Amino acid sequence: MLTRRRLLKSAAAGGLVTSAGGLFAPALAQGSPVRIGYVSPQTGPLAGFAEADAFTIEAFNRIAAEQGLNVEVIVKDSQSNPNRAADVAQELIIDDGIHLMLVASTPETTNPVTTVAESEGIPTISTMAPWQPWFIGQQGNPGDPGSWRPFDYAFHYFWGLEDVIAVFTAMWDQLDTNKVVGGLFPNDADGNAWGDPNTGVAPGFAAAGYETVDPGRYQNLTDDFTAQINAFKAANADIVTGVVIPPDFTTFRNQASQQGFNPKAITVAKAILFPQSVETLGEAGHNLSSEVWWSANHPFTSSLTGQSCAELARAFTDATGRPWTQPIGFIHSLFETAADVIKRTEDPTDPDAMAEAIAATNLDTIVGHVEWNGAGVPDFAAQNVCKTPLVGGQWRRNDDGTFTLVTVENSTAPDIPTQGEMQPLS
Amino acid sequence: MIWVDTVLQGVLLGGLYALFALGLSLVFGIMRLVNLAHGDLIVFAAYLILMLVTLLGLGPFVAALIALPIMFGLGWALQRVVLNRVLGTDILPPLLVTFGLSVVLQNALLEGFSADSRRIPAGWLETASLPVGPISLGVMPLLTFLSAIGVTLALQFIFYRTSLGRAFRATSDDPVTASLMGVKPASVFAQATGIAMVVVTIAALYLGTRANFDPTTGPARLIYAFEAVIIGGLGSLWGTLAGGVIIGVAQTVGAQINPEWQILAGHVAFLAVLLVRPRGLFPRAFD
Repeated sequence: MLTRRRLLKSAAAGGLVTSAGGLFAPALAQGSPVRIGYVSPQTGPLAGFAEADAFTIEAFNRIAAEQGLNVEVIVKDSQSNPNRAADVAQELIIDDGIHLMLVASTPETTNPVTTVAESEGIPTISTMAPWQPWFIGQQGNPGDPGSWRPFDYAFHYFWGLEDVIAVFTAMWDQLDTNKVVGGLFPNDADGNAWGDPNTGVAPGFAAAGYETVDPGRYQNLTDDFTAQINAFKAANADIVTGVVIPPDFTTFRNQASQQGFNPKAITVAKAILFPQSVETLGEAGHNLSSEVWWSANHPFTSSLTGQSCAELARAFTDATGRPWTQPIGFIHSLFETAADVIKRTEDPTDPDAMAEAIAATNLDTIVGHVEWNGAGVPDFAAQNVCKTPLVGGQWRRNDDGTFTLVTVENSTAPDIPTQGEMQPLS
Repeated sequence: MIWVDTVLQGVLLGGLYALFALGLSLVFGIMRLVNLAHGDLIVFAAYLILMLVTLLGLGPFVAALIALPIMFGLGWALQRVVLNRVLGTDILPPLLVTFGLSVVLQNALLEGFSADSRRIPAGWLETASLPVGPISLGVMPLLTFLSAIGVTLALQFIFYRTSLGRAFRATSDDPVTASLMGVKPASVFAQATGIAMVVVTIAALYLGTRANFDPTTGPARLIYAFEAVIIGGLGSLWGTLAGGVIIGVAQTVGAQINPEWQILAGHVAFLAVLLVRPRGLFPRAFD
């Protein structure tokens, strides 16, 4: 929600980081610093994604000072609102004169910012949104593949829907089910993309031998899932999947139990991303499964701090008293990539040189290898999209009521070790 | 059989909407005050119950029992200190004040409890169900509906069987004449808001155990509460319960046809009732 006070606060926070960067700058290098603009949803419903912002930027500024990099990070809050994200991107480019744009956390943040930066000719590194909504969602006509054009200054790394399909079906293959999948797809950007009968997940599931039962789009924050539960019961679905917001998932899970619908696997995105959301489910959260893009168990190290995934996760918990979440690794990797690109760019104030340096990236980050070489990406997006590994995980409930995310499926990324086997819910 | 199940689940859902709406109906019926902060007050009460549950290790029902007098006191003070000052012939100032209150509450909760979505744990009750023939009904939704009936009965008793209720009705009809008879409208209003907050706490208990809440979830369901009040007829408590049930059933039946129609069906039912009975189903008085 946009309020005057919040606006002042975020402006003050932005200013603080600016001046902190400025403090280091004059002693270390001559000339003006390379200005990095960073847009993230620090408040509002997506705030969980930006939890590690302050922690990461503090580390980045410290390392940059040690290495003699003359940089300044200017942070702007999108308030979880796409329009606001576009506005602050414009401010960063015009008022602050940034040289490099960083953006992360869901298409609602990445797309408006990337679009503005591309049209202004500012190099952008973007992450934490499946690549299809990022690339196709920014095209003039998403419905006509012939009209799609690559971007000159925008670069994105994450995974895509094809990876989710592969991971989900591989997880279900570990169980003995009737291969009937019930889909919970809401009427929002993610739900419509996943639920599309032609370009969504259903054709991919079908190719792996799974039949999808899709009762139709529902509104977010609905209070009743009887219709969906009856449809899944009628189709005798053993598996439930979808992209559901946390409150709706709780409603669904409770009602399903109350109405005697007990599937063998529930594998959903979004709703159970954060341990806090899973904890609200209590015992009903045990053995729910989801895609995993980063964890403390991943075998990667940071090119910036040399920390392993486990060390980074622990440092975050020590600094904030909160459990690690998946976005932490990706926010960290975003600043790793930025530092690497700035180091390799002859003249960071020249957008074309910067874009060239980004395109030439070949870096092992804390989320895996980042290189825009087109591996695994269709030709039309090869120039702008890099894919990072995706595995599958299950939440296991500990005796004290907290939850641990356990990697159970790695056939799509064998270098990430599994910690257990997929277990059925009932 | 699916249709019987759908309608039954809709009736139970209606109980939740009725609980949201009863507090609103009470306040509007007595002082013609549209409380836009109603949804946020429900979320506030849910956080209060959650705090009692987590800090003192109480069960949700015991925690709600403790929260009831606290919320009554807060409601009484809210009316005394804030809302009574703006009540008058103009309906706009109280509307603006409650709108402001809604913004203040949301941001205060965000500061205090962060944006994490939370839930009141209810243990085994969360998933317990009661088999009725081939249909199973959740125990919590059933309790929600029974509570809605209980609250309606209790409010009905207060309104029509006690001297406080007589004062409520008198002030509602004509505050000037009522005050000539020795009734103090300011004090009556404060007690009415206190009672409304008690109902809010009961609604919070069931909302908080049914789904997750965070500081911004308050306003989302306010529209159903308003619709339930209007369908039932302003000032009629049984009407509000009926209004909640009508919206609940319309939503589940709509969803059964196609989930896209779930929310729409509730709104269409509301408009349909207004077309046939513009004053609602059971209008209390012609004023």
